[in-house]
This record gives sequence, structure tokens and C-alpha cells, in this order.
Amino acid sequence: MSIVVIDYGLGNTKSVVNALKNQGAEPLLSNEPEVIAGAEGVILPGVGAFPHGMNQLRRFDLVDPLIRYAQSGRPLLGICLGMQMLLSRGLEFVLTPGLGLIAGEVVPLASEQGLYGRIPHVEWSPLIRPTAEKWDDTILHNIDSKTEAYFVHSFIANPAEEKTILASTPYQGIAFCSAIREGNIYGCQFHPEKSGLEGLKILENFLKIAKGAKE
Amino acid sequence: MHKKRLIARLDIKNSFVIKGIHLEGLRKIGEPNAMALEYYNQGIDELIFMDAVAAYYDRNSLFHIIEAACRDVFVPITVGGGIRTLEDIRQALKSGADKVAINTQAIANPSFIKEAAQTFGSQCIVASIVAKLSTPGHWEAYTYNGREPTGRDALEWAKELEDLGAGEIMLTSLDQEGTKKGYDITLYEAFRPTLSIPLIACGGAGRHEHLTQLSDAVDVDALSVASLFHYGLAGIAETKEVLAASGIEVRR
Repeated sequence: MSIVVIDYGLGNTKSVVNALKNQGAEPLLSNEPEVIAGAEGVILPGVGAFPHGMNQLRRFDLVDPLIRYAQSGRPLLGICLGMQMLLSRGLEFVLTPGLGLIAGEVVPLASEQGLYGRIPHVEWSPLIRPTAEKWDDTILHNIDSKTEAYFVHSFIANPAEEKTILASTPYQGIAFCSAIREGNIYGCQFHPEKSGLEGLKILENFLKIAKGAKE
Repeated sequence: MHKKRLIARLDIKNSFVIKGIHLEGLRKIGEPNAMALEYYNQGIDELIFMDAVAAYYDRNSLFHIIEAACRDVFVPITVGGGIRTLEDIRQALKSGADKVAINTQAIANPSFIKEAAQTFGSQCIVASIVAKLSTPGHWEAYTYNGREPTGRDALEWAKELEDLGAGEIMLTSLDQEGTKKGYDITLYEAFRPTLSIPLIACGGAGRHEHLTQLSDAVDVDALSVASLFHYGLAGIAETKEVLAASGIEVRR
């Protein structure tokens, strides 16, 4: 099975590759359009600022290949900044268009009192399931609601449609979208590759979905 | 309510985990990868690897250790000691580290923190401060792993580091480090109100009460522990149970 981790000069690709290997996959690190087009599962990692991330995707001519791949129906998983870039646009520093695969925007993480909380959010925080069946057959299959995952970020995804929210996480009096899904497109604001055994289980679920999509 | 992170700190010299008192008189404790894996399996939230002598040799020698560690350890890993250039950070991240801790080079060239945060994102830049009490209520920042006084007021320096774009502050009390006599609570009380970024407390934990005492007094984001775990004085799961029992939220 060909699982591709997008290599665009950003992010902790090594950790993602190691975690996938731990789950029995043999992921390829690549930025080649043909490799992406032929993949059975694609992971877009990423840390850092939204405009820089999009610049890097453009620099490697990855925007169109990623959009085409997403349209194929095979699974795509964005992690952290990789999730944020799935959305329509980001408001970090300057308004920047994203990949536009899921409607919504990326906004600063603010507490109930405004922008004065503890930022960045660096913490193990719970993933809350919106409804009982919501996680069945998704990347969060068989994960318990309130399972803790590792977060490190200052911005959050604010999806236009509530139905795309796969999990939410409470922080300083608000709840933000910590996992997102629209069909075959998934995103995690947390780092499954850094969230211990439960995080590995989430990546295992993604691999199963990729395998299922192939069959 | 914040969930407090419990971090195991591994100071390394010549490929061995070592431990001293006030960062001096180092003795060998064990093999870094074996210890990292053991702590991960016991449920540690995060690991910090510090090259204890790197600042003197202008290089960090831990990249091969990190590379091996992150094959089996799936929690965040920070590496520090001798990080002087953007290329050093790139190499650390390439080896599998998630964050780098920077002290000596930040003092030598504060704009390095800004440059590093702009290039890699604040989330990966941990500013490390080693502080020693100078006069009551005042602490001086030390570099070269606690050997060189800088003349800089540590509290003002912390504020400046936050403004420069550091994502977290790891604050080590040189007075308490390695003593197993408890964290310097007055130090963290003084720093907490001036910082809005996460604060990691480091230095002095020798008993469970030290962790609960600090947590009750100050809202630090993370507790870094070395002696308590290295000398087998306490297990990680057991430590988390004690914290939870006293009302401190931790990942279970």
C-alpha cells in the first residue's frame, strides 16, 4: 500500500513517518505530483505559520496535486498546520487562501476573555465526540470520547459547517474544532504521532481507511 | 483548568545520562534510549534531552540519540545544548525532535530567537533560562549549562524572550537543581504573572510533595523531573496518581 507523507520543507515529517512505520506501513516522503496521484493515502503534516505553509506548498507546486488527490476520494489527513491549510483561508498575519477543501477559516485561539489566555496551547487535552455514532468508521473509530491528545498551536480551524466537526476540545472556557472531516478529507489539530498509544491507533485507523478505499 | 505536563529531563554527556548537583559533579545514571523508552512506556508526557557539555564545544552531539529515540517514543521530544544556528535547529528537527531548547546562544544573540521562531514557528522554540538567586527577589541568568553568570536579570530576560517569539520558557533553578530539596517556589511565583506563554519548572524535585507543593502555589504548565525518576525514587504512573489525588489535573 502506498502511503505518502508530503515533504515540503516544513514540519516533523520524521515523527510522522516513524509513527506510520510503527503501525506497519512503509510510507514514502515525497513532493512528486505523480507519486501523490498514485497514493492510496496522503498525510499532510506541518508546523508553523499559515502563510509560510501555503508558500511552501506553492513553492513545491503541490496545491493542484493535493486538490486533485482529494477529489479522487482516497483519504487525505492534514495534521496541525496541515489540517488548517485544508480550509478556505487563514487569518494568521495576513489573509491567505488555503487549499479550500473544507469551507471555513483559521482564526486565533482566544479564551472566553479574549486574546489574554495562555497561548500557545501546549498541552494534552481531551477529544470530545459530538454524537455517539460520529466516530464510527472514521480515523477516531474505537477511540473513547475524552481521550487526551497532544496539542501545540496558537490558531484554530473554524469550519463553516458544524457537521464537519469530528471532535472538539475545551480550552480556557471555549471549545474549538480539534478534528475535522468532510468525506475522505480529515484533519487533526493535535499531533497523533506524538499522542502515545491512542495517537498511534488514530494513524492505524487512517491506514485501515486507506486500505478499505483501495478494496 | 490546565492539564499539567510531566516531563522527564535527561542530561547527557558522552552518550550517558548523567546527573549532578547544581549542574556540577556529574555522575553516570544510564543509557539514554533505554531510559527514554522506559519513561515512555510508563506514561511520561514529554522528554527533554540536554547535551550537558555542548555549549563548550559549539555543537550538539545528541542527534543520533534523538534519531534512535523517536523510532519508539511517540510523545514530544525537546533537544537542547549547543544549538547555535538555524542549521542546528533544522538538523535537530530532522533527527526527530519536535522542539529545541536554547539558552547560551540566545544570550549571545537575542535576535536568534526571533529568527528561529519566524523560521520554524514559536511552537518549536523553548527558551531555556538557568537562574540563580542574586539578591532577594532577583535572579541572574546563567549560560554554559549554569557555569557562566551573564549579569542579566532573569525575569527581564524571560519577558524579552517571550516578546522575541519563544513558544515556552523552561526555567531551571540553579540553586535547587540536583538537590532533591524541592522546586524554588518563589522563583516561579515571581515569573508566572509576567509570562503568558507556557512555563516549565525545572530543578529540585526529589519527592512527590515537591510537585504538589509547587502546583498548589503556582500555575506552571509543566513539571520537569530528573532525580525523582532517575534514581528510581518514584514511578511515573504513581507520580501521576499522587498529583491527581491532590487535585492536579494530569494526563492518565
